[in-house]
Amino acid sequence: MDQQQRTEYWRRNLRLMAVLLVVWALVSFGAGIFFTEWLNQVSFIGVPLGFWFAQQGSIITFLILIAVYVWRMDKLDKEYGADDYEKGVRHS
Amino acid sequence: MSEIQLWTLIFVGLSFSLYIYIAYRSRVSDTAGFYVAGGGIPAPANGAAIAADWMSAASFISMAGLIALAYNGYSGSAYLMGWTGGYVLLAMLLAPYLRKFGKYTIPDFVGDRYNETARLIAVICAIVVSFTYVIGQMAGVGVVFGRFLEVNTTIGVIIGMTIVFFYAVLGGMKGITWTQVAQYSVLIVAYLIPAVAVSTRLTGIPVPQVGFGQIMDELEGVQADLGFGSYTSALAGTDQLNMFLLTASLMFGTAGLPHVIIRFYTAASVRAARYSALWALFFIALLYTTAPTVAAFAKYNILTDLRGTPTEELPSWFSTWANVGLITGPDGGPLRDVNGDGTYNFTGAASDIANEVMINNDIVVLASPEIGGLPAPIVGLVAAGGLAAALSTASGLLLVISSSVANDVYHKRINPQADEKKQLLVARISMAVAIVIAGFFGVNPPGFAGEVVALAFGLGCASFFPTLVLGIFWKKCTAAGAAAGMAVGIGVTLFYMIWTIEIWGNNEGIFGIAATGFGAVGMVINLLVTIIVSQFTTKPTELVQELVEEIRYPGQTALVAAHAAGELKLDDDPDEGDKGPGRHRPH
Repeated sequence: MDQQQRTEYWRRNLRLMAVLLVVWALVSFGAGIFFTEWLNQVSFIGVPLGFWFAQQGSIITFLILIAVYVWRMDKLDKEYGADDYEKGVRHS
Repeated sequence: MSEIQLWTLIFVGLSFSLYIYIAYRSRVSDTAGFYVAGGGIPAPANGAAIAADWMSAASFISMAGLIALAYNGYSGSAYLMGWTGGYVLLAMLLAPYLRKFGKYTIPDFVGDRYNETARLIAVICAIVVSFTYVIGQMAGVGVVFGRFLEVNTTIGVIIGMTIVFFYAVLGGMKGITWTQVAQYSVLIVAYLIPAVAVSTRLTGIPVPQVGFGQIMDELEGVQADLGFGSYTSALAGTDQLNMFLLTASLMFGTAGLPHVIIRFYTAASVRAARYSALWALFFIALLYTTAPTVAAFAKYNILTDLRGTPTEELPSWFSTWANVGLITGPDGGPLRDVNGDGTYNFTGAASDIANEVMINNDIVVLASPEIGGLPAPIVGLVAAGGLAAALSTASGLLLVISSSVANDVYHKRINPQADEKKQLLVARISMAVAIVIAGFFGVNPPGFAGEVVALAFGLGCASFFPTLVLGIFWKKCTAAGAAAGMAVGIGVTLFYMIWTIEIWGNNEGIFGIAATGFGAVGMVINLLVTIIVSQFTTKPTELVQELVEEIRYPGQTALVAAHAAGELKLDDDPDEGDKGPGRHRPH
């Protein structure tokens, strides 16, 4: 990668992270805490919606967020021709 | 010997033999194997090991009870969201970059990225956080042995210590990793089988996450009849500020706890580190989405079992746990039928009838098979699962302690010339000493165990998280800034906790913020101090800035490879010492 590609790669990585972290905050702190009582007016599979988000929905959303992240990062890496993972890192 | 004891003995015996066999198969002979399992663990296995590492006695034994019995069902959600939400942060902000950095421990990263003062502060934090945590696990082992095999708690702790000693000292991280994969399998099977069985019995639906919705109306009805507040209401028993701060502290604390972060060094590659986080949260979510359903089912069963039942006709689980002293009168004393109506009334604050029963949070999971009327083998299985949860976390924490002492203190500070064999010996000895100390405190736990666990999270959150994230995302973050940020973050958090804890300071706290949630505030203070001090202190050397830049990009680069192999010299003063290649230790 040359310098311009690197800047581009890093900017796209940061943009992806920013979008996913906004969803992370909206679901947990938003739906799970600050808007729970309001969402509780609606029922979802027999459970008040805000309560469902706090106990089930947020966890499921977190899982989807990480899945989207690894999938998009794989795609991004491929686009920039990075595939020598297995020999790329060592320890001391 | 009762049927339950016999089955417990069988399941515990079988699972322990499995752990020892695995440990024997994966014994190690070099430091890379001992500290990071050679760094070649495939993502799914690494994810299962992280999950077992992460889910401790608190997740397995206490969490469902905390949701069911503390205030109302909603307030326990802070633990559900906090202990899973941190993985989103770990996956995106830390795991891939730390893996690319390619070292052994958190203090290793801090020491290389910043300086030796920062490394020392990090070593102290890692050891304090891990010890406070491991003591709780050992105490949990004692409880499970005490209840199910009716042996003395001390003997229970000694049995647990011996098992951990065997596989951790022999196999280091490699032994621990594969044992943890087995322990995850045992604990998740032990958690899901009773949950599925109870869900099927109560609702006819074998998926607890769906069955959950089927009993919610009935549960709310019984709660209201007995004077308990609404199970699902967000406003009872907790205020939003503390709910927010506790959730945030647990999330950022999760992303700052050394025994979890260290696990990403064991991944086979940067890509495997990202996938490890995904697998880890998947495996954790299996238990964490089930826990609130176990809580709701257990609460419903407990309330309907006790309601109007004459004292002499109470179900057997009630007397079993009353005998162990985990079901008591409301003041913690013996059970008494105060109003003489022939029943022990379990009621909430809004009821006309005074409450006569207090149920300990910790019995809900261990007793739920009995409460749900399931057969003895399942009770034995749950005991083996609880032990797997406690032992797997204990071994991960002990490894953090031994690697911090052997790698960061002994090898990096005291004797840099030590060869592989000597380093390994020191690592094994420090592991053995740590196990003995942990066992001692497991038998004689300090009186305020609850606060100590909160302290561990607050410390992880207020010290490591900002320091690591800024170290990766801000090239110009200086060593003085990071050291000051860590020291102030921890100092303020510690002070606030001691100041508000009942037995010492017993103060109200600022804005009514509970000590358990203050870690999030400490983290913000750490961030601010680091940023401000960094503006006025010497910038990192060109080489360090270049290295930080390099770990952001995929693929092999010469600089990162040289650093990971220990061939780079990252001193503060670029003119001092030789700049030639250091010792090269292939493995």
